[in-house]
Amino acid sequence: MEVTSFVPALAVAIPAIASILILVFRHHECIREGWTVIASFATLATVLSLLPSVLSGNEPGFTLLEILPGLSISFRADAFALIFALTSSSLWVMNSFYSIGYMRAHKEHGLTRYFFCFAVAISAALGIAFSADLLTMFIFYEILTLSTYPLVVHAETEDARRAGRKYIAYLLTAGIFFLFSVLVTYFLTRGTAFLPGGILTGHGSEALLTLLFITFLIGFAKAAWMPLHSWLPTAMIAPTPVSALLHAVAVVKAGVFGIARVAFYIFGIDLLSVLRLGLLLGIIASFTIIVASMMALTQDNLKKRLAYSTISQLSYILLGIALLTPSGIIAALIHIPFHAFMKITLFFAAGSVIIMTGIENISEMKGIGRQMPLTMLMFAIGAIGICGLPPVCGIITKWYLALGAIEAHQMLFLLVIISSSILNVLYFMPIIYTAFFEKPAEDRGIREAPLFMLVPLCITGIGSVLLFFFPDWPFMSLVKIAVGVITGEVIP
Amino acid sequence: MIPDHLTILIVIIPLLGAYTTLLAGWVKRRFCFPIAMVTICIQFCISLALLYQVMKTGPLHYNLGNWLPPWGIEYVIDPLNGFVLVVLLFLSLLCCMYSKRSIVAEIEEKKIVGFYTVFLLLVAGVCGIAVTGDLFNLYVFLEISSLAAYALVASGREKKALFASFNYLIMGSVSACFILIGIGHLYIATGTLNMADLARLLPPLYGSPLIQSAFIFFIVGLSIKTALFPLHLWLPDAYSYAPSAVSALIATVMSKMGVYALIRILFTVFTPAFIIMEIPIMELFCWIAAIAIIVGSVLAITQTDLKMMLAYSSISQMGYILLGIGIANSVAMTGGILHILNHAVMKGCLFMVAGAIIYATGLRTIDDLKGISRTMPLTAAAFFIAAASMIGIPPTVGFMSKWFIALGALESGQWFFVVIILASSLLTAIYFWRVFEYMYFREPDMARQAAVAGANDPPASMLVPILILAAACILCGIFVAVPLEVIEPSVTRLLGGN
Repeated sequence: MEVTSFVPALAVAIPAIASILILVFRHHECIREGWTVIASFATLATVLSLLPSVLSGNEPGFTLLEILPGLSISFRADAFALIFALTSSSLWVMNSFYSIGYMRAHKEHGLTRYFFCFAVAISAALGIAFSADLLTMFIFYEILTLSTYPLVVHAETEDARRAGRKYIAYLLTAGIFFLFSVLVTYFLTRGTAFLPGGILTGHGSEALLTLLFITFLIGFAKAAWMPLHSWLPTAMIAPTPVSALLHAVAVVKAGVFGIARVAFYIFGIDLLSVLRLGLLLGIIASFTIIVASMMALTQDNLKKRLAYSTISQLSYILLGIALLTPSGIIAALIHIPFHAFMKITLFFAAGSVIIMTGIENISEMKGIGRQMPLTMLMFAIGAIGICGLPPVCGIITKWYLALGAIEAHQMLFLLVIISSSILNVLYFMPIIYTAFFEKPAEDRGIREAPLFMLVPLCITGIGSVLLFFFPDWPFMSLVKIAVGVITGEVIP
Repeated sequence: MIPDHLTILIVIIPLLGAYTTLLAGWVKRRFCFPIAMVTICIQFCISLALLYQVMKTGPLHYNLGNWLPPWGIEYVIDPLNGFVLVVLLFLSLLCCMYSKRSIVAEIEEKKIVGFYTVFLLLVAGVCGIAVTGDLFNLYVFLEISSLAAYALVASGREKKALFASFNYLIMGSVSACFILIGIGHLYIATGTLNMADLARLLPPLYGSPLIQSAFIFFIVGLSIKTALFPLHLWLPDAYSYAPSAVSALIATVMSKMGVYALIRILFTVFTPAFIIMEIPIMELFCWIAAIAIIVGSVLAITQTDLKMMLAYSSISQMGYILLGIGIANSVAMTGGILHILNHAVMKGCLFMVAGAIIYATGLRTIDDLKGISRTMPLTAAAFFIAAASMIGIPPTVGFMSKWFIALGALESGQWFFVVIILASSLLTAIYFWRVFEYMYFREPDMARQAAVAGANDPPASMLVPILILAAACILCGIFVAVPLEVIEPSVTRLLGGN
């Protein structure tokens, strides 16, 4: 049931307002960073306040302004939106503390710009989550692109600038394809609002709709599907907290979230299966899962390996969407928060290692697990989760994904899921082996990272385990409501 | 009593203002700026009153000296020129305010009196073009504003400006000849110069070669005035070597006036029936506009001088307006006319920023702008917003006009132009992104360090117009419904509805 409420827009506004306060207090380090922390808590609280209403089946939202009939800027918090919003906002809290610890330990420059852009990026990510139509989503999608660019080029070295150019070239070009898709959708239907079951049924020829789906996919290059992935490993030049929250959670999840929104709320399951677009997406996703995993194997730079792992994991979500069955969709949606928790843990751990030792390559990490036991334990938890082993939440995704593949009678996809699990083990286990079982070259007096970094790391790591035991609170409950709305079936 | 005469006052006041400036400047030079400022301010208020009146009661007709049309000269204000007037006077006002400090370094002190006098003449000419309903009168005002523009371009210390101005003069005069011959043809054929009258008398003559050649003369003449590719050659030099305030003024006000005149001739004098049915000129227009959009952007990418880059970008942006008009359905026309406002706001802001940087540092090549954001944060931020609007990133206003033009192209089934519009967004992104990266993410070169480090945001009289325009880029985008309220009825009128 739709309810008029400004709360979703408030959640978008809080980080935006915080970004201005960060600029105003740019000369007072502690106040500036205080605003980041306060805003992250306030945002989380705002998003959480939506939870009871959404869990009881409401969809609070409102239209900010109507530009033309059918073309408006509007917000809505349904269960589907809340999955992404809750993931981003809860991890922002962790990341705020981690950022402060990391950036101070690293004695980084340009912190005002850093925290400003970070807050804007989170605001944009929440905007994408809560947008009730394509235009609103597009606006925030572009803001997300722009606001993350300064974070990628943060180091201001020639390499960073080159990486930034690649980043912006990929994502702005993708944005153009997105805009084209929005235009065509509006042209065909005179509307852009997200409706369960889609709005495109009965409009346009098959060829046009297929083209439209493909341009949408290109538009969502933030999902880093192959061959449009190469901006993501390049963006790893950014400071680690950026890689952790933005390039493992907010930005890339915005991409897959967008694809899911478009697939289910613009096209609709029926139309997708009639046009056999699920199969197309499935093939793209399978290709990405396998190839990205194999490329992860070849990376010695830890952050790059994690980036390729992200690419492959994002395509799990795409594969889940592509299956077009309830279990597949459950897998896709639940993997948004689950992968976020696990991958941010991995990045936090990698960042701690970088700060404390300066080591970025896996081959140099011999025995690091003995010197930083807690950090590497959390890393191991994240890795186990990504591999899909208990007792970490990753296995739940794999389970539903496999179930979905069987429901859809797609044994080939089942094979992809199984072989990718093996690949996951292959690229993570050497890291854990090197860290714990190889002897360090010399004792360099390495200690655990400062508490500002260690505590968020432990919370997300333990969180990944807790989500295995209590998946229902709150993510699985939300997913079930969302899947119920999308498929029209009641999910037990 | 007075309210009835607002239509003519909007032209008379700047003419009087120009003479007052000249006389006052004779007494004391510093009187010139306030007089010019007050004059344009009054005009701006009048234009708002006129627009309000038009929207409330419909088009206003004013007969000069009470001579009834078609014998006398008639001034007509409908939603389109009401809207154009407000936009142009708003920009003129900001340019005038901006000029106070910016011309100090660029223009010799003794020329300041002349500068403001000519400035007001230009504004008078532009307002005249907007309000007149008489073809010959339009030509007269076009020449007044053009002559003023030639003088203003040449007013700076820059030696190259003289050559640019001369070039502009030659091309402008050629264009004026074409237009005059066009008017002559129409007068021979119909015996009238009143636009409404012409629109009534022309249809039976549409087949006549006389009318068709008149039409071609108009198109070529006005294409030169609007710098439509490939007749743009005068534009880059004139825009980039003129004093900054003048660059901003002619890039926004003058160029838009040419477009306005073109729209009037195409749609009011010749009517859609002729331009769409009789001579399929609009198709050709679209293609030329498409080429202009792409070529202008590509040339802008190759530039090393900031103002030169902005000038080439103007060629590309004028292409957008003409594409919107060329597609000639209501949605695309809405986009095209909206882009008149957008381009004025964005380009005005960008040229003012370029001028502010020259004012503060003396630097004008893009390479020299490295690290400028640290010492001129507000200026750089305004540049970023205006550039984002040029690229068409929502929620800025540039996005809205691209949306409408592209949607219009889709509606008329011309998918190719949609691709052109979107591709050019990317090209635009390329040339602005380079500047943006230099401003924000690079250290100044050794040789420029002192200039960049010693810079500051410009004085308030320059900064305020820049910030107002930057804010307008976002506000007009979010509240796009406000200008659309005026644009939609004008589009309906142009396309033949009532």
